[in-house]
Amino acid sequence: MVSFALPRNSRVKPGKSHKAPAGAKNVKEFHIYRYDPDKKSNPTLDIFEVDLDSIGPMVLDALIKIKDEMDPTLTFRRSCREGICGSCAMCIDGLNTLSCLKPIADIKGPVKIYPLPHLEVVKDLVCDLTHLYAQYNSIQPWMKTTTPMPKKERLQSPEERDKLDGLWECILCFCCATSCPSYWWNSHRYLGPAILLQAARWVQDSRDEALGERIDDLEDPFKLYRCHTILNCTKACPKGLNPAKAIADLKILVMERSI
Amino acid sequence: MFALTSFLSILHRIFGAALFVGTLLFVYWIGSAAAGPHAYDTAMNFLGSWFGYLLVFGWSFALIYHMCNGVRHMLWDTGRLLSLKEIYQSGYVMVACALSLTVIAWVVGLSV
Repeated sequence: MVSFALPRNSRVKPGKSHKAPAGAKNVKEFHIYRYDPDKKSNPTLDIFEVDLDSIGPMVLDALIKIKDEMDPTLTFRRSCREGICGSCAMCIDGLNTLSCLKPIADIKGPVKIYPLPHLEVVKDLVCDLTHLYAQYNSIQPWMKTTTPMPKKERLQSPEERDKLDGLWECILCFCCATSCPSYWWNSHRYLGPAILLQAARWVQDSRDEALGERIDDLEDPFKLYRCHTILNCTKACPKGLNPAKAIADLKILVMERSI
Repeated sequence: MFALTSFLSILHRIFGAALFVGTLLFVYWIGSAAAGPHAYDTAMNFLGSWFGYLLVFGWSFALIYHMCNGVRHMLWDTGRLLSLKEIYQSGYVMVACALSLTVIAWVVGLSV
């Protein structure tokens, strides 16, 4: 259901301020969304002053500094710190991206950090991804074959392999899905850009033998056709992939089959 | 935060809704002509006022914007213009087209 305002108990209130250490010269403010499910109170926006001379260049470096030295209760996901695991997706300066790939220098003024939009918050910057993973499972993201296994491997021409470029690189960070207004409003039935890009990855694979089945599954007023080419997905993708193009190609495949 | 992608998209939707209301205005105008000279005079007095002009001007821009962006949507549905660079370039071109076509329509319309 479309709602334009946050529920009363989700409205963000001003929070604590943490000052930079004395003598810090290159100070930047980080405004970070905080929510603790145990406290039964509204989320707050805490302010942390960080000395940029004491950390690396990325937003994740600042978050780690804050957790280490200013407030150990700050909660966020991170792992590889180089844009390959997709854990540290969050809404930074109004755009969903990976904090490990976002240079602090790109942001004018205070750095505002929120969890990914329109997901349930578990704690601070950690969102519940259960529904997205269930949707990922629903497209059966594995190779399906009916022909007998060849002796060595299922071959693919270089041209057929090229079709997977721009699809296999997705790391499921869900920056695209959570930037899509249509997904915000219809996520119960619309698969959203991240999952549709994955669906395209299997539809476009020449070795997969379940093309018809996969397209049957996508041919649905909600699963695929809630994409209204808003294109925030392509704008958001921190890996430079193009979910909008993958979805457009899926729509063309569905249409071609019916004529 | 402002992103051209969602901004132009929501404008498309808002103008679509405005066109619906604008069409009622259009039907009122046509209907008044059918209802006789007195009703038509009343309609023309209203539409000829500054507020009437404002409504019709807004309606014309909404119509032309919706048409120009509609062309963009059709191209997307054929799989074209979908790289981030093309999305932005076609967005700016579309807004420029919509503005200039509206101005041209009014210059031509008012001079006839």
